[in-house]
Amino acid sequence: MLDVSQLKCVRGERPLFDGVGFRLESGKLLFLRGANGAGKTSLLRILCGLSPAESGQILWNGQPIAELGEAYRQDLFYLGHHNALQEALTVNENLSFYATLAGAVPSLAETSHALSQLGLRACQNRLVRHLSQGQKRRVALSRLLLTRAKLWVLDEPFVALDHAAIELLANLIAGHLSQGGLAVITSHQSVTIGTQTPQVLELRA
Amino acid sequence: MKTRLIHWFKFSSPQNFYVLAGRLQPIFTVLAVLLLAVGLWIAFFVAPTDAQQGEGYRIIFVHVPASQMSMFIYLIMAAWAGVGLVFNTRLSSMMASALAPTGALFALLSLVTGALWGKPMWGAWWVWDARLTSELILLFLYLGFLALQSSIDDPRRADKACAVLALVGVVNVPIIYFSVKWWNTLHQGASVSMTKSPSMAAPMLWGMLIMVVAFWMYTIAVALARVRNIILERERHTEWVKHAVE
Amino acid sequence: MSALSWSSVFFAVVRREVSLSMKQKGEVLTPLFFFVVVTSLFPLGIGPESALLLRMAPGVLWVSALLAAMLSLQRLFAVDYADGSLEQMALSPAPLVLLVLAKALSHFILSGLPLVLMAPILGLQFGLEGRALGILMLSLLLGTPTLSLIGGIGAALTLGVRGAGVLLSLLILPLYIPVLIFGAGAVEADAAGLGAGGHLSLLAALLVLSVFFAPLATTAALKISLE
Repeated sequence: MLDVSQLKCVRGERPLFDGVGFRLESGKLLFLRGANGAGKTSLLRILCGLSPAESGQILWNGQPIAELGEAYRQDLFYLGHHNALQEALTVNENLSFYATLAGAVPSLAETSHALSQLGLRACQNRLVRHLSQGQKRRVALSRLLLTRAKLWVLDEPFVALDHAAIELLANLIAGHLSQGGLAVITSHQSVTIGTQTPQVLELRA
Repeated sequence: MKTRLIHWFKFSSPQNFYVLAGRLQPIFTVLAVLLLAVGLWIAFFVAPTDAQQGEGYRIIFVHVPASQMSMFIYLIMAAWAGVGLVFNTRLSSMMASALAPTGALFALLSLVTGALWGKPMWGAWWVWDARLTSELILLFLYLGFLALQSSIDDPRRADKACAVLALVGVVNVPIIYFSVKWWNTLHQGASVSMTKSPSMAAPMLWGMLIMVVAFWMYTIAVALARVRNIILERERHTEWVKHAVE
Repeated sequence: MSALSWSSVFFAVVRREVSLSMKQKGEVLTPLFFFVVVTSLFPLGIGPESALLLRMAPGVLWVSALLAAMLSLQRLFAVDYADGSLEQMALSPAPLVLLVLAKALSHFILSGLPLVLMAPILGLQFGLEGRALGILMLSLLLGTPTLSLIGGIGAALTLGVRGAGVLLSLLILPLYIPVLIFGAGAVEADAAGLGAGGHLSLLAALLVLSVFFAPLATTAALKISLE
């Protein structure tokens, strides 16, 4: 359960947002909305613990994330604007590296299965730099199938995806929520995920 | 300065400190000018002519205090930067930034006066003795700090990065000094030593002391003035600055 | 995360760095060529008198090695920073310090070790022989890991900053001076018949200090750069 209260963010001496708070329970989804520059990405990065907030508190299962440290990062999966893929390595090499980084033992069978679900089975041993933008994004998203994280923080995950892939990702997120996971997503597109109505947080500049 | 902040926390806000600094700065400026005048008068008129070194030695009245100041300021700058990093207080980092140029100036002054002393005495503009070489490296550390600060646009990131740099520098300064001394003795470097000042008669010791205090007053005055400018620049989006500048 | 997964993360990072460099061999070889070219500049600038070159050799070789090691530092974190991998590494449950150590080790393997192996060949050009070459290699072997570790601090501080390359050199070179003094000093002391033991021990001490403290500073700097 994610509990955020009185979050204030300052960027370059100017306050970006103030007094932001929400509570996200298991199985719930939060849609973060706001105009460009309102601070959506900044908020997501603060949630991940990458950027410090000027003031405010973020609790994960009742404990401040700063204190939890490793335990929080174990439960967290973040995908920002970057795909975070090494262009000079193959798809498999990238995925097994990230599996190891998350503390799991990389399994070729698992990565194959994940890639085939996103229609990338044929690309396994290709260098990432030889893939299209859409394919690279799908490889980055295939990590969602391999992670055991409970909290998914996704920044514009639907960008550069075609209709089929968007539906696939929406189902993926819905599946994650139905298993008790949590998700915080920003998106300019309105996508229906699952059957429940998501919480919405609007950031005003 | 530190005691003030511990007792009166309200001065840790840039706005309040701006006012305090504004009131204190003229006092320190006046003290600096007075003490500098006295010190230099002792240096040039009271202290006796040295039997061996003639008149040229008088420059140690500037050289020695300048070296000491450059070292002390680095320590204080690193301390302020460290406080700013750990406690996330903006004003501490601003103080560190305010001190850096003055520290660099003293390092440079020390090197220049060292050269001016050396030339008539030992015939060379520069000697690679341990102290001068360490002073040169200290100047490099200051220049690195200033360069890093000006390269990073985001002021908070600049503060924190420079704090890390300053703390790494502080840890390294003893190591660097030790290694340079080692290097110097091993190579039987300059048989001349800048530390061999003539035996100090009482008026000379007084003169030296007054110069040190004068430099301290100058440093505080300049740091206060500079930090006021930094506060104005950093806080220029706030209401109180807009009023203050009108 | 267990200690077992920590070691697999550590080696995964090292493996990744090495396989990346294998695919981009130019990046590994360029600093090595730089080392060769720069050492050749000194005789050209000073004259081929063999006695003079012999005296200069330890200093020249060490300064050139130092500069060559510094060349590849910028790439230590910059590529990962640009494509978002560094963020992912910072978000991994494994401690960032571990990853920094792995990166430093990789840097040593890819840029320090080649210098150690190349140095004796260049030493011959300056008239160094036998035991002197051995001491040179040993001093570089002990010194270049320290250069990688300290260099990491500079690389982390200047991530994404304007003029990062030159700025990094300005920040790091003063910190490199003790390593240079003891490294070159070891070879000189041996040549003077005083024995290199003292210098080499000091190099080893600097290495131990850097292994403990440099990664902490680098991690702090990385977190600041990622904010």
